[in-house]
Amino acid sequence: MTTQQLIFWFLSAVAVFSAIMVITRRNPVFSVLYLIITFFAISGHYVLLNAQFLAIVNIIVYAGAIMVLFLFVLMLMNLNKESEPQKNKYMLWSGAIAGGLLMFVLIDAIRPDGQVPVYDGLSGGNVGLIKNLGRRLYTDYLIPFEISSILFLSAMVGAVVIGKKD
Amino acid sequence: MPIEYYTFLCCIIFGIGVIGVLTRRNAIIIFMCIELMLNAVNLLLVSFSKMHYAKAVAAGSEDVLTAASEGQLFVFFIMVVAAVEVSVGLAIIVMMYRNTHNVDINFLNRLKN
Repeated sequence: MTTQQLIFWFLSAVAVFSAIMVITRRNPVFSVLYLIITFFAISGHYVLLNAQFLAIVNIIVYAGAIMVLFLFVLMLMNLNKESEPQKNKYMLWSGAIAGGLLMFVLIDAIRPDGQVPVYDGLSGGNVGLIKNLGRRLYTDYLIPFEISSILFLSAMVGAVVIGKKD
Repeated sequence: MPIEYYTFLCCIIFGIGVIGVLTRRNAIIIFMCIELMLNAVNLLLVSFSKMHYAKAVAAGSEDVLTAASEGQLFVFFIMVVAAVEVSVGLAIIVMMYRNTHNVDINFLNRLKN
């Protein structure tokens, strides 16, 4: 087993374990913390796949900004006690079984048919660097990039309008 | 690593997110499970981008960087939209908590009241 495979299995185990912990903890603050661990593991996968810029953006945007926003809202609502009313056992089990069946269907549906080239993780190191991606972003994808800035502006206005105390 | 491993991993994480959405009652945890599903799809797109890179190298294409960076740019835009979605969604949840003093989605089965 090479070092790369070792890192892959370790990051996968961490990601799946902490994802399970996200949906099983009763305290929402623990769920947020486990979700941050999941995002760090996924960022490790990005580095392994030569997407270095996306790994950094994933840490900054998701683990840095979005999760802090979640934690802030949780603290603001004083929900950090075990405050979830679990009403129905049958609903819980039916939801878990339905989601698990969907998982198996997805695994079988997007299974490749053996024509896929097996790649090594070490070639193509400059694909995911900011030089390449920034050049593409400012030439071929200039219009979506500018539209996304308008989307940010409208979301900011919308969040202020919705969250304003009237 | 073969591409199958990444599809398996992403399907498992996506399925965990779906199970969380179906079983939990807390609106914030449901929102976090949606983020989990988005990240599973992002990881799958990045691994497919790497697969396209390997394919372009094997085919002898001269512009391999273009072929490989499409998926990563798509993931970048998904992250942008996810950030927007979180800001607006958390504002909606805060407003809902201010009205009902609860984030249980069972109280939201009616739009009235």
